[in-house]
Amino acid sequence: MPRFVLAAIAMIALFPATTFAHKFWLLPSQTVFSGNEPLVTVDAAVSNDLFYFNHHPLRLDNLVISAPDGTQVEPENATTLRYRSVFDVPLAQQGTYQIGIFYDGLFATWQENDRRRRWRGTEETFKTEVPKDADGLRVSESISRVETFVTNGAPTDPAGKSSDRGLVMVPVTHPNDLYAGESARFRFLLDGKPAKDLEVVAIKGGTRYRNAQDEMKLKTDSNGEVAISWTEPGMYWIEASSSDEKTTFPQASARYLTYVATLEVLPQ
Amino acid sequence: MKKFWLLALLAVTCGSLLAADRSDSRMLVTVEIPRLRVSEYHRPYVAFWIQDQKRQVAANLAVWYQINGPEEKFGNKWLPDLRQWWRRSGRGLDMPVDGISGATRPAGRHTIAVSDLKLDDLPPGKYTLMVEAAREVGGRELLSIDFTWPVTSPTTLEASGESELGDLTLTLRP
Repeated sequence: MPRFVLAAIAMIALFPATTFAHKFWLLPSQTVFSGNEPLVTVDAAVSNDLFYFNHHPLRLDNLVISAPDGTQVEPENATTLRYRSVFDVPLAQQGTYQIGIFYDGLFATWQENDRRRRWRGTEETFKTEVPKDADGLRVSESISRVETFVTNGAPTDPAGKSSDRGLVMVPVTHPNDLYAGESARFRFLLDGKPAKDLEVVAIKGGTRYRNAQDEMKLKTDSNGEVAISWTEPGMYWIEASSSDEKTTFPQASARYLTYVATLEVLPQ
Repeated sequence: MKKFWLLALLAVTCGSLLAADRSDSRMLVTVEIPRLRVSEYHRPYVAFWIQDQKRQVAANLAVWYQINGPEEKFGNKWLPDLRQWWRRSGRGLDMPVDGISGATRPAGRHTIAVSDLKLDDLPPGKYTLMVEAAREVGGRELLSIDFTWPVTSPTTLEASGESELGDLTLTLRP
């Protein structure tokens, strides 16, 4: 079991405040493409600094790449290295590709012989791997989406499947049509309904070369929408998270939801 | 030697000006691609278009890019480097486009005589001429000139670039 996911989920599970968790991200080589054989190469990692792969790789087990026509595309050269995963996506079609890693699973902790056990898995593996009489058992559901968008030619509506489980972002402004000096609107849905009063954080990459995170903190309106004003061009990390008790798994007592996107803002 | 080059340059410049003047086009765009002293030089990609007050493209005048390469559409890969043009127009076009696409030009002054075909579609109003240049391993520059169309008397408007573009002149005639 990948220790980093455990650590990260444990962080989220133990400390709902997002500031404790490392940042999950995908980093596309660029987001706007043209030409004969356009190809995006993507890094996937977990780190504190944006966007530097210096801590843990983000596993590609649940990678989903949706082509403009809605079909799913397999990555090429997918590899998980020590500090990052990497993969290529040939952009054979014209339009927008949605690239995401989606996780929907269970997390549990319990005491065993004076040791705290941490476990991650599915409803199936829970039956066999977690002792029925576990001492101090605490189970939570963890649903997260980490994604990015790239476009070959003119932008089209991202064709990735939305979900009525967890936090999703529905672009109002196209995610590959972002420019410094303009503002963009994004709509957040929680279980398919507008997520109002949700805190959304936007941080520009390159954090290693400045003294502060300089994060923009925004709150969604009653439609679940936020408007982000881009002051500078760059690659931005967008994050929203929440927790509640709307669990579906009988033993689970809490649910932790995270949404992350990497968006490129171009200069005028 | 220097004098010779100056004379030659003068002749070429006057020649292009005269050629421009001889054209009966109602709109002339003259742009200077500066001579740069850099170790690795590539001719810039340059896009010319007219946008309306909503920043929508009212007319595509020209795009100079690498039309010929080892394979078809080889040079299209870098068209998005003309960022504004790509956003406003390029990404929706299937290049090459007749009457717009052209090969990259060397340093010097170049004039585009805008065809009546494009101007006839331009309703009277306020517009902006946009000229954007991007050079491989170089920089990018965007120049604009606001104008009102049509004009009642010959009008010359100017702008100047600082890096990738030199003087830009827009000549409008009734």
